[in-house]
Amino acid sequence: MFENYSDSQVYLAIVLAPLIGSIFAGIFNAYISKAVAHTVTIAGVGISFILALFVFEYHAFNDAQIYNETVYTWLVSDGIRFEVGFLVDNLTSMMLVVVSFVSLMVHLYTIGYMQEDPGYKRFFSYISLFTFSMYMLVMSNNFLQLFFGWEAVGLVSYLLIGFYYKKESAIFANMKAFLVNRVGDFGFILGIAGVLMVFNTLDYADVFSAAAAHADQTIELIPGKEWSMMTVICILLFIGAMGKSAQVPLHVWLPDSMEGPTPISALIHAATMVTAGIFMVTRMSPLFELSETALSFILVIGAITALFMGFLGIIQNDIKRVVAYSTLSQLGYMTVALGASAYSAAVFHLMTHAFFKALLFLAAGSVIIGMHHVQDIRQMGGLKKYMPITYWTSLIGTLALIGFPGFSGFYSKDSIIEAVHASSIAGSDFAYYSVLIGVFITALYSLRLFFIVFHGEERMDHHTKEHLKESPWVVWLPLVLLAIPSVIIGGMTISSVLYGDYFNNVVYVQQAHDVLGHLKEDYHGPFSMILHGISSAPFLLMAAGIVVAWFLYMKNPELPAKIKNIFSPIYYVLDSKYGFDAFNEKVIAAGTRGIGNLLSKFGDILIIDGIIVNGSAKSVAWFSGLIRNIQTGYLYHYAFAMILGLIGLLYITVY
Amino acid sequence: MFSNLPLLSLVIWTPIIGGMLVLATGSKNSIEVKVLSLLVSLVTLALSIPLYTQFDPSLASMQFEELIPWISNFHINYHIGVDGISMPLILLTTFITVIVIIAGWEVITFKVAQYFAAFLILEGLMIGTFAAMDAMLFYVFWEALLIPMFVIIGIWGGANRVYATIKFFLYTFLGSVFMLISLLYMYMHAAEVNGVGTFNLLELHKLPLDMTPQILIFLSFLLAFAVKVPMWPVHTWLPDAHVEAPTGGSVILAAIMLKLGGYGFIRFSLPITPDASMALDWLVILLSLIAIVYIGFVALIQADMKKLIAYSSISHMGFVTLGFFLFWKITENTGSASGAVLGLEGGMIQMISHGFISGAMFLSVGVLYDRMHSRMIKDYGGVVNTMPAFATFAVFFAMANAGLPGTSGFVGEFMVIMAAFKANFWYAFLAATTLIIGAAYTLWMVKRVIFGEIANEQVENLEDMNGREFFMMIVLAIAVLVIGLYPAPLLEVMHASIDNLVAHISISKLPM
Repeated sequence: MFENYSDSQVYLAIVLAPLIGSIFAGIFNAYISKAVAHTVTIAGVGISFILALFVFEYHAFNDAQIYNETVYTWLVSDGIRFEVGFLVDNLTSMMLVVVSFVSLMVHLYTIGYMQEDPGYKRFFSYISLFTFSMYMLVMSNNFLQLFFGWEAVGLVSYLLIGFYYKKESAIFANMKAFLVNRVGDFGFILGIAGVLMVFNTLDYADVFSAAAAHADQTIELIPGKEWSMMTVICILLFIGAMGKSAQVPLHVWLPDSMEGPTPISALIHAATMVTAGIFMVTRMSPLFELSETALSFILVIGAITALFMGFLGIIQNDIKRVVAYSTLSQLGYMTVALGASAYSAAVFHLMTHAFFKALLFLAAGSVIIGMHHVQDIRQMGGLKKYMPITYWTSLIGTLALIGFPGFSGFYSKDSIIEAVHASSIAGSDFAYYSVLIGVFITALYSLRLFFIVFHGEERMDHHTKEHLKESPWVVWLPLVLLAIPSVIIGGMTISSVLYGDYFNNVVYVQQAHDVLGHLKEDYHGPFSMILHGISSAPFLLMAAGIVVAWFLYMKNPELPAKIKNIFSPIYYVLDSKYGFDAFNEKVIAAGTRGIGNLLSKFGDILIIDGIIVNGSAKSVAWFSGLIRNIQTGYLYHYAFAMILGLIGLLYITVY
Repeated sequence: MFSNLPLLSLVIWTPIIGGMLVLATGSKNSIEVKVLSLLVSLVTLALSIPLYTQFDPSLASMQFEELIPWISNFHINYHIGVDGISMPLILLTTFITVIVIIAGWEVITFKVAQYFAAFLILEGLMIGTFAAMDAMLFYVFWEALLIPMFVIIGIWGGANRVYATIKFFLYTFLGSVFMLISLLYMYMHAAEVNGVGTFNLLELHKLPLDMTPQILIFLSFLLAFAVKVPMWPVHTWLPDAHVEAPTGGSVILAAIMLKLGGYGFIRFSLPITPDASMALDWLVILLSLIAIVYIGFVALIQADMKKLIAYSSISHMGFVTLGFFLFWKITENTGSASGAVLGLEGGMIQMISHGFISGAMFLSVGVLYDRMHSRMIKDYGGVVNTMPAFATFAVFFAMANAGLPGTSGFVGEFMVIMAAFKANFWYAFLAATTLIIGAAYTLWMVKRVIFGEIANEQVENLEDMNGREFFMMIVLAIAVLVIGLYPAPLLEVMHASIDNLVAHISISKLPM
């Protein structure tokens, strides 16, 4: 794409630029100033962003060939080559732009947000390392490297959630996040092992081209019962996605991950890392298309997540947690799209969501700065007049999130709803109604948050109010820059990404599942989609959500408390988050420790050491103690024994 | 230039003779003793490097072979050599010994010369065990190395060291006497079959054996090697030995001595008794899976850091034995042997990697122990506040222990899980639980020791690592990273030997 440089050099530069920045800021942490640390890391991410734009232009508009090359051979064993390599196509290039842009915005924003933090340089090192890891994940051309990136982003997530390492809740949350993700990875690595067993290679291109030929292969998990191998592999791989993309029941780590600083909540736990699962399933569409069982499974899990996590958003009072639950719910939408074989719609929503959700998180962070690190929305109110830029950008983000016609989120979310409606896979009806109700819920909790924070009574204390002002430019500039795509990117790209040929060489959909192809017949451009949208059910539900939120939190602010009292059992269920945390804590974690104690105390200490090892030592001691009694030292005892022996000997020889 | 030197002998005897020299200096605590010891270990390391650089990876046969008749009446020879299986383990030994010498530098003040001498002699004996091509020579080295280890734990160990040493000694000794009987049987059997008895390992590999003797030999080997690895249920000596051993002793124990067990399986059990291995592979697989899962749970609840890492070692070594014995189940399940090499090489890599990671983990505990004189998790908390550089390494090695990709800990586990899936889904399923349990016990310890508010005054007064400690950590960290990011060169030297092994064990040794 550049005359003097080969493509591979450009791709390497994209990946290595943030890595070098990260290593530099990490190793020389103690010797460099804050300014050097952020300059170097921002330069790294900035370079990769600019290059990513070129790559995108090269692939999206200049019809570049799909790039699929090995960087180096990790190892060869048993004739199987495990490699590190890049696959760059339209999906990759889009992901690169999204990741690098959001990352760059977050880097900038961090200068303001983390200004006072003693871990400033360490933070920059981590987020650049994250950017590198995410690139490796999306650029991979094989399952092994995917797993590398997959775990590497998990590592950085662990480090960043526990960034405030003195805080007990933070270091609990990061361990929880890592372990829950490991449960997903447990499935994921088994899925990869299944792929290796069937295809004897982990290279995407080889696997996908051979996929159809292996569609009928079976595996006997329980003797006598044959399972479709593809179904087993796909569900195992999807379990990995459930961990990373926080699908029920592996979602429990995401709300707790809000313990990390807000910039990474935006970058990692909203815009990029948590979408890795969506990306992965899309990448593997040639496999998933072979198993309707797996697709149904995905559809149902996604629908449950989309709806039930949305409910939880309504009762949260921590500004970040509201946004976190909305992220869970939106990830559910993307997952539903995957299950309906509308992979393009999932990725499309992934992209629009990345922009507006990063915006909402960063805006929340701006509010948190203004409020001197108060995160409880019950202590906020009327912030509109103090923080105008944050207010307007938040409004844009909110409208995009609830799918207000014309905003980015409208196009992607409406498309998902339509696609599920058109799908005929088992579970699609349930999913359709879930995502439909989800629209109302989304509007309700989003506007609730918006009204409580920015409008109404000013509930903060006097001291806070005195210092309340708009955040510095390094904070609000990223908000503005993210607000732009939150408005326009959806309408701008829908025609090509969703209904055009953008994903033609990337996503494979079986004829029978091709819901988007079906919708395409009724699609006449973004503008007519708005017109059509205004008269559709999702729009009415969204409007209802806005009105209810307005009525409850603007018009009659005392009403929610009454409703809460009337429906206290429901509130209890929501407040305890359906009991997932309690279950994990009391059953899984305690049970695991119980098993450990049992095996240790009973198995190791009592049986093996107590009875077998020390027991045999003791019985030797006991036996020798017994024998010792014979050695009395009296001559007549020995003489008697000799006589006995002699008689015995005679007896044997005579007979 | 050195091509005529008996290189392998030099690598074996330099540390042993060097150790004797160190002993001869007496017991005074002088810098000269330490410098001499370090020098000996460095020379040994330097001598071992040509074993890699001049190694011909295309050959499956023994290289750097030396043969001198020893006890000719019984055809016992001083016969040594290396192949792609033993060579990496020898390099691991020479490398780790240097680290261990450095680790004892300021820490050991009691009988210093004896301490360093014991490690140097131990090094030579371990290398001898890996290099021995004569079964009797192997046996001599194998038993002899118990003595310095016994001394190390018994003299420089903790409060309960006597119990630990006796347990360690009896356990391992019990295992190996049965091996001796098997070796003697095979000698006599060879005399019957070929007219002349032999202890030559390569001859024993070819010796035809009936099923019954194979089974008995296999079981005696299993006992000897399983104790060393250690496998469940003959593992309980290890946590005790680790807890009582000084840091250096723990490092050697975990990093190298456990590998002798794994090496025994791949050098003795598989090639000498392939038919019995085939018949009893389920037993080894079962014990390996129990080790991975059961021991993982046990590790979780340990209150003592050294015990926790000891249990973690047992669990990780389960991958070695699992990987080694997958061949027949893979063939049975898929109809082809593809995947067997993956399992064997995965087990090998796991041994090397575990050498670095467990060594580093025990060193980390040692760094803390030297300051606080406690191994109990509850005595710590918030170490990162006072020792940030140490905390960085501790978290890094913890992640390596949890098998994070990019570290060496991932490579072996990954390969074995891949191979296990080909043999049986449930093997892979159980083995892969280590992703969760391994991360749980490791990170929970990290959380309680490293992170959090400063727990008490002693933690508040901790000083970060000094240059010596930093050096050990960074060297090990580099090794862990390099193997994790680019394991290909390490595997290349193994291919020919492993391929040869697979070809060998796929042919029955039962007499026609």
